[in-house]
Amino acid sequence: MTTTVEPVRPEVAPESVAARRLMDRIFKARELAVIAVLVVMLGATQLSNSEFLSQQGIRDLMLNATILVLVAIGQAMVVITRNVDLSVGSVLGISAFAAGLHLKDGGHPIIAVLLAVGVGALFGVVNGALVSLGKVPALVVTLGTLYIVRGIDSIWVGSRQITASALPDGFVDFGSDGIGVVPYLALLTLAALVVVAYYLRNYRSGRDMYALGSNPEAARLAGVPVRARVMTAYVVCGALAGLAGALYLARFGNVDSNTGNGYELVVVSAVVVGGVAFTGGSGTVYGAALGAVLLTSINGVLPALGVSSVWVTAINGFLLLLAIAVDRVLALRVAGALRKKAAQSRSARHA
Amino acid sequence: MPGTTARSRRLTLLLAAVTALTLGATACGGTTKDDASKDNGSAAVGKADPDAETKKGLTVAFLPKQVNNPYFTTADKGGEKALDELGSTYKEVGTSSGTDTAGQVSYVNTLTQQQVDAMAVSAQDPGALCTALKQAMRNGVSVVTYDSDTNKDCRQVFVSPASAEDLGRTQVELLAKQIGGKGEIAILSAAQTATNQNTWIDVMKEELKKPAYKDIKLVKTAYGDDDAQKSFQQTQGLLQEYPNLKGIISPTTVGIKAAAQYLSGSKYKGKVKLTGLGTPNDMRAYVKNGTVQEFELWEPAKLGALAAHVAVALESGQITGKEGETFNAGDLGTMTIGADGVVSPGEPTVFDKANIDEYDF
Amino acid sequence: MPDPTVKSPVLSRLGGAVRWDTSVGVLLVVLLICSFSFVENFGNALNVSFLIGNTLPIALIALPMAMLVVSGEVDLSVASTAGLSSAVMGALWNAGMAIETIIPLCVLLGVVCGLVNGLLVTRLGLPSLAVTIGTLGAYRGIAQIVLGSDSVTDFPVQYLDFGAGRFGDTFLPYAVVPFVILLAIAVVVLHATRFGRSLFAVGASEEAARFAGVRVKRLKLAMFVSTGVISALTGVFWTLHYASARYDNATGLELSVIAAVLLGGIDFDGGKGTLGGAIAGVFLLGTMQNVMSLLNVSAQSQTVATGVLLVISVLAPRIGRRISQARARGRTAAPPLTAPST
Repeated sequence: MTTTVEPVRPEVAPESVAARRLMDRIFKARELAVIAVLVVMLGATQLSNSEFLSQQGIRDLMLNATILVLVAIGQAMVVITRNVDLSVGSVLGISAFAAGLHLKDGGHPIIAVLLAVGVGALFGVVNGALVSLGKVPALVVTLGTLYIVRGIDSIWVGSRQITASALPDGFVDFGSDGIGVVPYLALLTLAALVVVAYYLRNYRSGRDMYALGSNPEAARLAGVPVRARVMTAYVVCGALAGLAGALYLARFGNVDSNTGNGYELVVVSAVVVGGVAFTGGSGTVYGAALGAVLLTSINGVLPALGVSSVWVTAINGFLLLLAIAVDRVLALRVAGALRKKAAQSRSARHA
Repeated sequence: MPGTTARSRRLTLLLAAVTALTLGATACGGTTKDDASKDNGSAAVGKADPDAETKKGLTVAFLPKQVNNPYFTTADKGGEKALDELGSTYKEVGTSSGTDTAGQVSYVNTLTQQQVDAMAVSAQDPGALCTALKQAMRNGVSVVTYDSDTNKDCRQVFVSPASAEDLGRTQVELLAKQIGGKGEIAILSAAQTATNQNTWIDVMKEELKKPAYKDIKLVKTAYGDDDAQKSFQQTQGLLQEYPNLKGIISPTTVGIKAAAQYLSGSKYKGKVKLTGLGTPNDMRAYVKNGTVQEFELWEPAKLGALAAHVAVALESGQITGKEGETFNAGDLGTMTIGADGVVSPGEPTVFDKANIDEYDF
Repeated sequence: MPDPTVKSPVLSRLGGAVRWDTSVGVLLVVLLICSFSFVENFGNALNVSFLIGNTLPIALIALPMAMLVVSGEVDLSVASTAGLSSAVMGALWNAGMAIETIIPLCVLLGVVCGLVNGLLVTRLGLPSLAVTIGTLGAYRGIAQIVLGSDSVTDFPVQYLDFGAGRFGDTFLPYAVVPFVILLAIAVVVLHATRFGRSLFAVGASEEAARFAGVRVKRLKLAMFVSTGVISALTGVFWTLHYASARYDNATGLELSVIAAVLLGGIDFDGGKGTLGGAIAGVFLLGTMQNVMSLLNVSAQSQTVATGVLLVISVLAPRIGRRISQARARGRTAAPPLTAPST
């Protein structure tokens, strides 16, 4: 992809710190903006329909978001390294079925969840290997694996399906119960979110991913092990898609060969709405998670307002366009401001 | 910038040209809906001979809306069994997505190419398959639709799961009984374009106008697109929008399953009644845990078997698809073709806690 | 497929010269010959006309898509544009408008859809992938709002015949005529004009092209608009071919188009590829699907085959290039310290 990124070149050290602070603040503002939209939307819905934020309603909102949030966390990591994984929907489907089959045969729920994560990670390794070793555009490779994994899934699953009656009661209850209004699934997702965010922010290898995404060539010259980092991102993304598959099974109690079909576009939208740029190197997993919550909440809000579901697709599309356009305009403003500041301090020094 | 003005001027020019072209075409008149002559090439030709011998060694292809869909697999297995008994060969092809109309058309073409004797098709779209199916009939292939029909001149016989009147009426009856004959109810359907869903919903609306149901109010029809997650959220939306909702009818197997799964994990379990069309295997858990009392469905295997019998009878010349013709449908007994070439295996079966374990599909 | 492990120096130099798109063309010819000889029911006129008719929508959109990818951009909203055009066509027809008015309006719609994509990409400098994923949702959503649950089928017979019929008993569908004309135009534009050369230049290096005086933004905008127009026309063709206007027409077609274009050797990073290769890729996939259906290969296995082919098509040229580079390095006395990045 050819992308036109406005060159932002901080020239001297103190200014670069200032620049980073400014960028940080902008991105925080970006996440705050998503939160604000979310709050306004939920508040407005609550005003017109008092049932919306009942205990049950809040729990539903959280439950609806969990699966998409999990997949979005992994996807965000991949997108930060300037790649993309379109095969997540297919991977989610096949891991959900693997877990379901294990449970159907009387297996232990924990093993089933680990199995799903394992299957997901395995496909992550395949994607990572193709992208990092073959140096092939990620979009094309994962489009290929989208087809391949879906095909394998439907050959393997055939017309079989896992229904709620085949699952242990405890597992299905786990999908809807929780502590107070907070469902277990949401807690699990939150834990995954915090861990990944901490890793990306505080570990060297996590920071490497940002470096890699902002400028692959520079990162390579600076000694970042490019292949290993890209591989890590894909494996985490696959594993999280697998975990999401297991949770899908618990939540919906039903898996067949079509599960997760077409999920990739929703996930990518969520990540971008959450402020993770396609050009790599920017955004946070918190943002991606918020984006996912926003998109699923729209799906919940429209029926609660009595708006026909035909609007959902269009609204999601426009939201995505709005998000990237706003990001771009902000980035241009910031670049402009930085340049001006740099020029001022330069002239101040020369004077 | 001079470039911009030049460009926008050219753009305006282009738009103007297209608009002028458009207006010009309008001014000259043109072909509108009103002058479009209807192509009424009737499919049924020749004369039926009810005593003709049943042919053996035919190849009948089943083309369901979606392969790997448990419902259609059960139906097609029924067809396979019937064809086995009749001494003919069965095959099944189809798309893995339920809305891949182009894919279904190309399968019809392939089957025509392979010179199968007859095909049983569950149409994803009433109009889109027409050209291909007519071409198949011209090439001597007998065409039967099952579960979902095409326009009626594009096939010879439609094997309807159960008559639309029966299905609409009985589902309203089931729900009315469960909610004690009064309160708000809603319908959770599949895609907005699903022909059979819309027919049943129309019947339900008619049925609800009867005095016996004067205390029941249908507040909304929601569409879950036969997608588990969407159906889930549509159910949530219905319950939030109408806090006094007493019951939901979901005449689609995916919808009722998703609605049941949501209800069983929510505070509405047992309070909001749910009925509709579902398969016993899907619904077993929810009937046993008290989320659902009763629901119904025809037996898909019978539907497939009847489609197989119709295909063989057509190919043997025992019927042509005209109203009033009769033929022998094996275990299902003697069947008579109704108006518009529709035949159906009978009333749906109602499943509840007592009988659900007797069924496995 | 050419054997990548060629030994003789002459052949290895040839291996470097034989481009992927040529290989795809050869592969297509081989597949066609094999199918004509060995696959029952493949070779007759009716089947070939089915094959062409069903592949035409992908082939049509592949023309501008190939050029767009050459210039380094991509448009994922093509199928939604086609769907929107189909939905609008259905809605206007239901409203009693003449079909001769509707079709130009659909073209106009294509212009607008393309302009939205193009302006967002060129004016705001947004990545086309993100923009067109957005419009993919938006256009499909509008289509759903416009036509809703309707499925319009009663278009005039002469138009439907054009969409689905063929010349007498030959294997050529009527609709092949406009396609061939568009193909000829596209080949000339891409490979024999300044505009086409500029597209390659922009795809190879936008910066360099700009310095060389190419008006990059205008070029890209023109390509997005053409893609929109052809997609809208494909929507009209789809509607007539399948005699059905629905909002969900052509759903997912974007992936098939991109898969076929990339299979045909158009480099996703821009700057490389030929239209011949892209069209060979389209018909290779179409023929494979037709043959596999005739041989009773299930839809699922076909999905896997498509995916594998796609991955191979991007991997193979790169691996081949790396092998020939390695060999070239082996021959030179002093190998460079760092490998040139591929």
